[in-house]
Amino acid sequence: MFRTLTVLVENNPGVLTRVASLFSRRGYNIDSLAVGQTENPTISRMTIVVEEDDKVIEQVTKQLDKLVDVIKVNDITDEEYVGRELILIKTDGDPSVRGEIMQIVEIFRARIVDIGQSSLIIEATGDEGKIRAIIEALKPFHIRELVRTGKIAIQRGSRSAAGKSKATE
Amino acid sequence: MKQKGAQILTKCLEEENVDTIFGYPGGAVLDIYDALYDSPLKHYLVRHEQGAAHAADGYARATGKPGVCIATSGPGATNLVTGLANAYMDSVPLVAFTGQVATDMLGRDSFQEADIYGITLPITKHNYLVKSVSELPRVIRESFYLATTGRPGPVLIDLPKDVCQKRVALSHPQSPQLRGYCPVQEGASRMIGEAAAAIAASKKPVICAGGGAIISGGSEALRELAELCAIPVATTLMGKGAFPENHPLALGMIGMHGTRYANYAVNECDLLIAVGARFSDRVTVKVEAFAPEARIIHLDIDPAEIGKNVPVDIPLIGDVRLVLEQLCRQIQGGNEKEEWPARIRAWKEKYPLKYDRKSETIKPQFVVEQIDEATGGKAIITTEVGQNQMWAAQFFTFTRPRTFITSGGLGTMGFGLPAAIGAQIGRPGETVFNIAGDGSIQMNIQELATAVDYRLPLKIAVLNNSYLGMVRQWQDIFYEGRLAYTEIGGPDYIKLAEAYGAVGMRVTKPAEVRRALDEAMQIKDRPVLIDFIVDRKENVLPMIPPGGTIKKMLKE
Repeated sequence: MFRTLTVLVENNPGVLTRVASLFSRRGYNIDSLAVGQTENPTISRMTIVVEEDDKVIEQVTKQLDKLVDVIKVNDITDEEYVGRELILIKTDGDPSVRGEIMQIVEIFRARIVDIGQSSLIIEATGDEGKIRAIIEALKPFHIRELVRTGKIAIQRGSRSAAGKSKATE
Repeated sequence: MKQKGAQILTKCLEEENVDTIFGYPGGAVLDIYDALYDSPLKHYLVRHEQGAAHAADGYARATGKPGVCIATSGPGATNLVTGLANAYMDSVPLVAFTGQVATDMLGRDSFQEADIYGITLPITKHNYLVKSVSELPRVIRESFYLATTGRPGPVLIDLPKDVCQKRVALSHPQSPQLRGYCPVQEGASRMIGEAAAAIAASKKPVICAGGGAIISGGSEALRELAELCAIPVATTLMGKGAFPENHPLALGMIGMHGTRYANYAVNECDLLIAVGARFSDRVTVKVEAFAPEARIIHLDIDPAEIGKNVPVDIPLIGDVRLVLEQLCRQIQGGNEKEEWPARIRAWKEKYPLKYDRKSETIKPQFVVEQIDEATGGKAIITTEVGQNQMWAAQFFTFTRPRTFITSGGLGTMGFGLPAAIGAQIGRPGETVFNIAGDGSIQMNIQELATAVDYRLPLKIAVLNNSYLGMVRQWQDIFYEGRLAYTEIGGPDYIKLAEAYGAVGMRVTKPAEVRRALDEAMQIKDRPVLIDFIVDRKENVLPMIPPGGTIKKMLKE
């Protein structure tokens, strides 16, 4: 099953390597990993999607927590959160098919961000379901290239990844 | 006043109460060595950087203080790798300094450049590449804090040459501010209550003490808990010395080469109290069949150990000593078990460790027993890895913590001699014995020169069977006796020892063993190597084959 972890880390060089090498060394599977600075410039935030069972996830979480540069790990899968991913898809785009593609883009509230002589680039954001669906819908138009950011996620309401931890104040 | 980075380094080490360093100089650490020239720090020059790491490791295990080692960039640094991995697996506090090419040369495949920061990421508790001299005091303070607190471990600091040369005013760092690192100390009182209740309710409890019981200084508290409720105590290899093995409640070692009674006890117990142990595969052997009847209390300072290898019923996270003390306060008297200790006493009488005492060739077990006798049981024993290690563990009666120094997790051949050097330097009043095999001793034999240089009176007992004995044993048992490349020759050890300036002896008959040991004990100004020609085909028994249960145990 897919689990979504949010990980607050020190914004230090090497921290991404530490996290990634922990996954590879212990044989855990990363589905996606997105990282960037937070509201506090000394802290980066990773959203990691992992496909493992509960027992493995517990180990992943604990092993991540052990890294000195990791400030806080949360498994937010079972909580209320907003999860989004950005995807860019380049498809065939002959004038003959553009109309159809534009309809699909409309339905998914995506955008066409570039038109070449025979290709289109479509930008979409959404949760896993929507991203999966738009990829499926565009397959008949020959997906030439596809790039995605990996999921980022944030808890709803007043809960925060830092929790009550004084560490990040 | 402005000082060079290298001088700041030595000042900071003094502030951390370091007085002993093991190292080997080289181009990238010339400035550090130049600073050491004026420093009160005592530097011990080894013959190979791996020896420096293991010596610092042995020093740390024998004294409880962090070990410090230094190596130059490139090959010097990569030679530390085995030593760091070894310390990491056994949770030994170590701070390693490596030289590095200057910051403007980094990443250009410069002469003697190696990415030791990247290489040691998975084998250190934490590591640093210092890019600016102003960070240095903070990094050193943090490194010692990280190495010695929580679950201890090695920390590496990579120091580019220009960082060591640059001059800056020494700033005294404050206490470390690490928001991602807050090791727990005391246990949660609710869990301690549950553990106390489980102990009171159990009829057949067993304690299994690991290295954490020693590291935390928890031996006294462990003994108090065991005696309060008459709970038998087994130890892991790393836990040897945590509980006196001459105590009526002692079960000796459990696991693959553990005593029959310790393994029987764990197999039958209804409550297993793991104290600073991590359920390694050499302890559980077949993890699904381990302690099948038992509820498990697991006390460890590292939350990631809980549930890693075996499911745990009552987790106790915290410093082993503190939690044991908390637990003792919770336990009411009148909990003594009676039938269970009696059953265990019967096993102990019926199934002791044994070997052929009438043998005309020297049995390696006999040598270990004789070392125990000759030293009055008051030695620090280091070992190499393999049969020598298991016989040392089985046949020396350990009664004090920090007296059995062995490579438990990584299983590093070549560990014992440099570790003995570190232990002897850290505890000069003790008799230090390295129990070695003829395979392992040759892996870091060059350190004999170090021991001679510093006139260390350590003793090396080579249990010489002209085989890589443990591998030979597995080939005989599991590979139909196809002894592929396990028969080895060796040097004339008497000449070898003498060439280095040590004393060499050879013993070929059981009757001569004790006399040689007594003679060795009289030599106080240099190392002694005794070449014991032992029974070539002796096996380490009992043995639970890998993946097997006690039903499959191979017995003496």
